[in-house]
Amino acid sequence: MPDPIVTTELLSCSYREGRVLEDISFQVTRGDYVGIVGPNGSGKSTLIKALLGLVTIGTGSVTLFGTPLSSFRDWHKVGYLPQSLHLVNPVFPATVHETVGLGLLSLKRFPKRLNRADNEKINTILFELGILDLKLKLIGELSGGQLQRVLLARAIVNEPELLVLDEPTAALDPETRGRFYAMVSDINRSRGVTILLVTHDSGAIGEHASKMLYLDKKLLFYGSFDQFCHSPEMSSLFGEHSQHLICHRH
Amino acid sequence: MNLLEILSYGFIQRALLAGTLIALLCSVLGVFLVLRRLSLIGDGLAHVTFGSTAIALALKLYSAMSLLVSAPIVMLASLGILKLSEKGRLSGDAAIGLVSALGISTGIILASVGGGYNVDLLSYLFGNILSIRSEEVVIAALLCAGVMLMLTLYYHELFAISFSDELAKVSGIRTSYINAVLVLLTALSVVLAMKLVGVMLISSMLIVPAAAALQLARGFKVCIVLAALQGCSSVIIGIIISIMTNLPASASIVMVNLLFFAVACAVRRIIYSKNSN
Repeated sequence: MPDPIVTTELLSCSYREGRVLEDISFQVTRGDYVGIVGPNGSGKSTLIKALLGLVTIGTGSVTLFGTPLSSFRDWHKVGYLPQSLHLVNPVFPATVHETVGLGLLSLKRFPKRLNRADNEKINTILFELGILDLKLKLIGELSGGQLQRVLLARAIVNEPELLVLDEPTAALDPETRGRFYAMVSDINRSRGVTILLVTHDSGAIGEHASKMLYLDKKLLFYGSFDQFCHSPEMSSLFGEHSQHLICHRH
Repeated sequence: MNLLEILSYGFIQRALLAGTLIALLCSVLGVFLVLRRLSLIGDGLAHVTFGSTAIALALKLYSAMSLLVSAPIVMLASLGILKLSEKGRLSGDAAIGLVSALGISTGIILASVGGGYNVDLLSYLFGNILSIRSEEVVIAALLCAGVMLMLTLYYHELFAISFSDELAKVSGIRTSYINAVLVLLTALSVVLAMKLVGVMLISSMLIVPAAAALQLARGFKVCIVLAALQGCSSVIIGIIISIMTNLPASASIVMVNLLFFAVACAVRRIIYSKNSN
């Protein structure tokens, strides 16, 4: 029996402008790498935020690790990486080491304190992601690719079981983007971390994700990559050419 | 008058002690407020303090006793600002402006209808640290100890919400609660600082040390320490200058703070031009 990590049932969300998500139901199980795709304004980021309790849910339910979202407290099991450009204040005076340390707070009880073992953990993750030399740099001094790796380090330093990434490569050049996706795939394979990735980069989904979720306010497709490639509904939705490009990992 | 002679006076010792404690509070809190783009909350709460002091004076409660009226009113106003910006479809600065307007207009109305106390009230506009009494120093010390304890206990949570509300929430931090802690501590500090620099200049005590520290700090903790050092030294230097030159203490403190800021900007420029060469 697969271990459910994220379950939504008839999830709907609305903003003032109207309904953004409508009756979304799906289940993500342990070890899945789910790519969430859809056109602009299709509700991808809202879905991620609803799963993490960052927006108010209209109707329906979200369950994380078998616990309803409203009573979920095990946030140390979750790592989250939003679009970094929106996130980081360029004059924020934190060093890379301090920033990554924030990822450990979910493991701590009040009063939250980081100890020597935590510092070791931070150094280890920085080393693993190849950014140990940036440890004392200010986050405002980093390039887009470096910043994204720092925020990824922050998201996984607490060894989460679920990693949620919201368009993490939007500001990166193609080469850095490729390296970033390879890193995320490695986290999924070697650590068994379940991944939820929102992206416009359908090629990356084809190359790395085990499942696809296609969203346009409603859930139009959720299944394995092979199912997607052989789905006539998706052929008509994407067009055969685009479906071919994704399925053959161009 | 030489420096030793100046320091031998009781009223100057009290001013230096209370001023340093209040500056410590304001500059440390200021780092979190500036980074959370709540810099002007000090201004808004100072206006509410003005209004609440008018209420205290109308009730014939003076100096330390007026704090008993001001502190709860200003703390409520700080929570009001937070609620208005969270739930009232208002941006933070608009919420501050709204509450600020209510505070200052209350003060002005009470001053105009009040009897002889409006002169006392107007003295709060510019502050008078040199007239601080022993019991006010004790209150400042107690509140300073309390606020610093809270800041130490909640340091990482405050750091996290200053970095990103969203990421803090997903780390299991109760961001609404921590935001409330931050504005309540700010409210207490503003009530205390009003005696020091007055309504007109209070926000400079919160903003300028943080703004200067942000120019030079290489790390979040370093930023807090630099801001605290600047805030405290500005009060000490400002008070001494004011005694020696017979200038108002509040304005002298703020001018020294601004001078530090200018120096920090210049040093940053020099460091950057050296690094880019």
